[in-house]
Amino acid sequence: MNDALGHPQSLLVLGGGSDIALATVNALAAQRCRTAILAGRRPEVLDRAAADLRRSHPDTLTVETAPFDALERSGHDKVIQELFARPGGIDLVIVAFAILGDQQVDQEDPESAARVVEVNFTGAVTAMLAVVKQFRAQGRGTLVVLSSVAGVRVRKANFIYGSSKAGLDGFTQGLADSLIGTGIRVLLVRPGFVTTKMTAGMKKAPMSTTAEAVATTIVRGLESGASVVWVPSALRYVMGVMKLLPRAVFRRIPS
Amino acid sequence: MAPDQLLSGWGRTAPTAACVARPGPGDPLGGLFTRSGVIPRGLGRSYGDAAQCSGGTVVDMTARDDVYAEDLETGHVTVAAGASLDALMRRYVPQGWFVPVTPGTRQVTVGGAIAADVHGKNHHVDGSLGLHLTSLTLTTPNGTIDCGPEGPERDLFWATVGGLGLTGIIERATLRLVPIATSSLAVDTERCRDIDELMATMSESDAHFRYSVAWIDCLATGASLGRSVLTRGNHASVDELGPSGSRARRDPLAFRPAVRIGVPAAVPTGLLNRLTVRAFNEAWYRKAPRTARRSLESITSFFHPLDGVRDWNRLYGRRGFLQYQLMVPFGAETDLRHLVESVAASGCASFLTVLKRFGPGNRAPLSFPAAGWTLALDLAVGNPGLGPLLDGLDQVVVSAGGRIYLAKDSRLQPELLAAMYPRLDEWRQVRDRVDPDHLMQSDLSRRLGL
Ligand SMILES: Cc1cc2nc3c(=O)[nH]c(=O)nc-3n(C[C@H](O)[C@H](O)[C@H](O)COP(=O)(O)OP(=O)(O)OC[C@H]3O[C@@H](n4cnc5c(N)ncnc54)[C@H](O)[C@@H]3O)c2cc1C
Ligand SMILES: NC(=O)c1ccc[n+]([C@@H]2O[C@H](COP(=O)([O-])OP(=O)(O)OC[C@H]3O[C@@H](n4cnc5c(N)ncnc54)[C@H](OP(=O)(O)O)[C@@H]3O)[C@@H](O)[C@H]2O)c1
Repeated sequence: MNDALGHPQSLLVLGGGSDIALATVNALAAQRCRTAILAGRRPEVLDRAAADLRRSHPDTLTVETAPFDALERSGHDKVIQELFARPGGIDLVIVAFAILGDQQVDQEDPESAARVVEVNFTGAVTAMLAVVKQFRAQGRGTLVVLSSVAGVRVRKANFIYGSSKAGLDGFTQGLADSLIGTGIRVLLVRPGFVTTKMTAGMKKAPMSTTAEAVATTIVRGLESGASVVWVPSALRYVMGVMKLLPRAVFRRIPS
Repeated sequence: MAPDQLLSGWGRTAPTAACVARPGPGDPLGGLFTRSGVIPRGLGRSYGDAAQCSGGTVVDMTARDDVYAEDLETGHVTVAAGASLDALMRRYVPQGWFVPVTPGTRQVTVGGAIAADVHGKNHHVDGSLGLHLTSLTLTTPNGTIDCGPEGPERDLFWATVGGLGLTGIIERATLRLVPIATSSLAVDTERCRDIDELMATMSESDAHFRYSVAWIDCLATGASLGRSVLTRGNHASVDELGPSGSRARRDPLAFRPAVRIGVPAAVPTGLLNRLTVRAFNEAWYRKAPRTARRSLESITSFFHPLDGVRDWNRLYGRRGFLQYQLMVPFGAETDLRHLVESVAASGCASFLTVLKRFGPGNRAPLSFPAAGWTLALDLAVGNPGLGPLLDGLDQVVVSAGGRIYLAKDSRLQPELLAAMYPRLDEWRQVRDRVDPDHLMQSDLSRRLGL
């Protein structure tokens, strides 16, 4: 159950190896979370992550792993249904999987660009709809979706990844609005540059942050009942301005 | 059927969807028990998730409110569980009878009140509601059973009192009303400078009053920690209403609750913040007399002041609020002071903070009251400090040998339940007998692993 403060007792991570998601599980396990299922495509990564979580919460947290590949869309409905078939169901799902791609390569290789969109957007659409179906049947649930500022205003430097996140962001907003009054809550998370595996070796962007900071903000968002959170929170205003800039000005901003 | 109705408790904090059945008088209940979970619901005045069952069936009992039998010689009445205390008071106060226990609102059902084993301002004298029942009719997944405080099914009776709907659906109950000569109360109101003075005054002289409760300014700190307004009273006699022939004496049992005003649907979040609470507390405290002053009050103004404002729970805004009610045994006064201190020092303002002395508890294994002090706090949700504050209070309460009130809970750490309710296993044994497959479930029972 989700308690009055929005803290879940059980959760599922889609993209179970994600640094941001694991930091979030850690933060929620410090509250009321007692069961975590990490679902992803590489068992060895998931096993390592599960072992870390168990070590941090030895007496309180049960961690399981399960196979899930964002690209295997036709199986999503069934995989998700099976994951939910447990006493008490699942209180909260974190949609964390994504690939950054390589803009230079992907621009030259349409197939590889399509893969970024398929993982980040199409796969998220099928997975999220499958989750919502289960949430409806159990009369409750919280969906935490990792979008990105990259999708809020898409930049020329990473427009493939950025547009996939823009699609996800728009889909999530519409989905959230359609779920008002159902007992299902959606928290849309828009981080800026986060130092994780995904950004390893990249030059830090201004206002960069950590997975732990994103996790803290997610927990606060659950507590306060927010529908959107930005990390760091000042990005809400920065991006508010960015969105107003004329295209001719925006494209000259160095990335 | 898909769970299509969104329900929450009075605090509006964790709404979930369920299928709602609303059986009329005489409709059989046996067919309602299904694997996806079933829980009865009264008027939804429990603060948290006790009357919710996400994905399952919630049985709204409020369409069943008949009076089956009444004996106005002895005050015994047999009523359907969906009858509200409001309806009982409207019917019986003018005839010279009052309910044996009333919570701070009349808008609760008899079934809900039994399932929470509610206490009132008279707990130190009369105990909780369970002591004033002579029988119950209960429909369990194993069939319909009559039970009473003594007799072969007494274990089931006491497991149902305070059992939060988890032993079955109470269909009807027989309770003993108490005779009254007037519908007024003679009430003494006085200020107490701090928590020590308050506890001392209550301990010394609560016994002279059938009803007693104190309101505490939860923001006062230091030397004023626990400054408070104590109100204590008894049912007034006809003589106390005024000289013979006076207007007040013409209709001594009149019961006419004022028309209820409403709160607008959209209230800005944060209306009840530290500043507004501080201003209110200051005014309320100053208004009370330094030494006890007697006045006559109506049942409504004395017992149910908040019932005058319909949907006042909306004042807390979209995110809702919770009530944290704890009890600690006598002897734990230092812990109690520490608890009040922690709340005052935290950034969380409790709009209504109430302290009361409990008398001895009863035989119900999950009943909340026991000899000691009870403190109730109303707290807006959304403040990041709230979780850590309450988790901290839980620890103090447990180590002092106390507990928190489940009918109001919405966030307890499940790990602490057994320490707070040491007779939990005894209760579970009875529940398992009547509901071996655990078809009776609520969001609260799932959350706490009851
Ligand atoms: C303003 C206010 C003041 C209050 N003051 C007090 C107080 O002073 N003292 C006190 O003790 N409580 C107090 N309460 C709490 C309230 O009295 C209890 O929560 C009570 O249970 C509410 O009754 P209800 O009919 O609204 O039940 P609900 O909230 O609908 O249900 C409460 C519980 O009762 C069960 N239940 C309901 N009907 C049945 C049935 N027919 N058979 C079996 N189980 C059933 C439900 O499953 C649930 O577990 C207060 C609440 C409010 C809002
Ligand atoms: N890091 C940032 O700067 C940043 C900023 C804004 C938003 N975000 C978003 O935050 C989320 C989490 O990112 P992160 O920073 O934690 O990065 P991360 O550690 O790389 O996590 C991404 C996860 O997605 C998984 N994944 C990739 N393709 C998958 C597929 N086909 N099926 C299943 N899982 C797949 C990866 O698993 P594998 O091990 O199998 O590759 C990896 O565990 C992502 O949605 C990301 O877009 C990140």
